Amino acid sequence: MTKVHVTTTINGDPTEFLCEPDETLLDVLRDRLGMTGSKEGCGTGDCGACSVTLNGRLVCSCLVLGAEAEGQEIGTIEGMAQGENLHVLQKKFIEHAALQCGICTPGLLVAAKSLLEKNPDPTEEETRYWLAGNLCRCTGYDKIIRAVMDAAKEMREAA
Amino acid sequence: MHYLSPTTVDDAVAMLAAQTGDCRILAGGTDLLVRMKSGFAEPDAIVDIKRIEGMRDILHEDGGFRIGAGVSGAEMSENADLVAAWPGVVEAAGLIGSTQIQGRATMAGNLCNASPAADSVPAMVAANAVARIAGPNGQRDLPVAEVPTGPGKTSLAPGEFVTSIFLPARPDRSGDAYLRFIPRTEMDIAVVGCGVSVTLDENGTCTDARVALGAVAPTVILVPEAAEALIGTTLDDAVLEAVAKACSAAATPISDKRGTVEFRTHVAGVLARRATKIAKTRAGGK
Ligand SMILES: Cc1cc2nc3c(=O)[nH]c(=O)nc-3n(C[C@H](O)[C@H](O)[C@H](O)COP(=O)(O)OP(=O)(O)OC[C@H]3O[C@@H](n4cnc5c(N)ncnc54)[C@H](O)[C@@H]3O)c2cc1C
Ligand code: FES
Ligand code: FES
Repeated sequence: MTKVHVTTTINGDPTEFLCEPDETLLDVLRDRLGMTGSKEGCGTGDCGACSVTLNGRLVCSCLVLGAEAEGQEIGTIEGMAQGENLHVLQKKFIEHAALQCGICTPGLLVAAKSLLEKNPDPTEEETRYWLAGNLCRCTGYDKIIRAVMDAAKEMREAA
Repeated sequence: MHYLSPTTVDDAVAMLAAQTGDCRILAGGTDLLVRMKSGFAEPDAIVDIKRIEGMRDILHEDGGFRIGAGVSGAEMSENADLVAAWPGVVEAAGLIGSTQIQGRATMAGNLCNASPAADSVPAMVAANAVARIAGPNGQRDLPVAEVPTGPGKTSLAPGEFVTSIFLPARPDRSGDAYLRFIPRTEMDIAVVGCGVSVTLDENGTCTDARVALGAVAPTVILVPEAAEALIGTTLDDAVLEAVAKACSAAATPISDKRGTVEFRTHVAGVLARRATKIAKTRAGGK
């Protein structure tokens, strides 16, 4: 297979990589770029652990080809904290104990951030539907939902 | 494998014609990449159609809408005009998968994947949607209902692909709806799906109707008997009962882990009745 040369932007940084034509964006991020924050839970779009944004749109990076990233803007969990400063959502996840093993956490954070960018004041029901594609086998979801609702409130107050 | 990303329809047609091996169209990838991951598809080439001019557009045309084959469910839900004209079609496409899947999944992909349970297809068939197809012999238009021919099979010839889906103009007092039955509240495959589109006159009498069912036959099916029961009536309860009967009679489902023949047959009627009620209300009927 001839490799594809891709020029893209990840978390605002211009990035270049070579990948196989059938290699997923998730594999590129993890195995070629060392960005292992995005997780592989299923590889088939069911669990959301690999969630990233593609031109601002929430997607599963396991269902995007690395080659498709050419000229696009990718956002990953690595772009969430500003240096040592955690994002409000990250702080609230810790405060509410919204994680145990942590495998689902990066995907949930990326998905929750994309929800709050679109809808700063979601109802609990809207939040649960938006996050329905992010599976968590540990927490039972309630703490995650509470953390997101609380973060939304704090972000609204700060705005 | 090769990854190809043409920017014009002509280039895409030429690339498809030049391929000798197994060549697949890539739209949102939410079916194709899953199949590749699980080893059910090992294409020699992938033609990504999303960079082709116009593929990401929703355009007004002849009072209706032309939806590019690269338009995702999320993009459809954000188009207020489209939602107002064809709420049932948008809802059906919006039921596909999670937020993440919505960011990528297209109606054309849902159609060409040719699952009998594909959610947007009964709604498109009820809407009398037309697929525009490009190929080595130029362009043709084909009713969406004639695209799938069996599970995983379509009537597209080699080298052809869908470039857009056209939803026709809506007369005044028209409404559509799509309902599916799943055992969960979201993220599941339809056990039965039903799309209904109706048009009423000033007096609330139905002048036009189309009813389609999913997951009860090898392809999505149109149920003309249900439409006949609706046309010329004010869609009262007795008529809704007749629609339910017609849909149950038209269903020829299989039994599997999701539902038995008896269950699917019954639910086809129930959903048809409920979807007709919603379509009627949306059309302004009382
Ligand atoms: C987690 C998950 C949940 C899902 N839930 C649902 C659901 O609730 N309901 C449902 O109906 N489906 C569901 N699906 C299936 C899938 O998301 C839909 O069928 C979707 O609409 C496919 O669109 P796509 O653009 O991603 O297609 P792709 O994967 O890009 O393509 C699908 C197939 O059609 C072909 N194709 C695509 N576009 C064209 C074209 N323009 N012309 C010719 N051929 C083409 C491809 O070659 C491929 O064979 C789900 C999938 C996942 C992973
Ligand atoms: S790894 Fe992508 S959805 Fe599970
Ligand atoms: S914390 Fe373990 S899967 Fe969510």
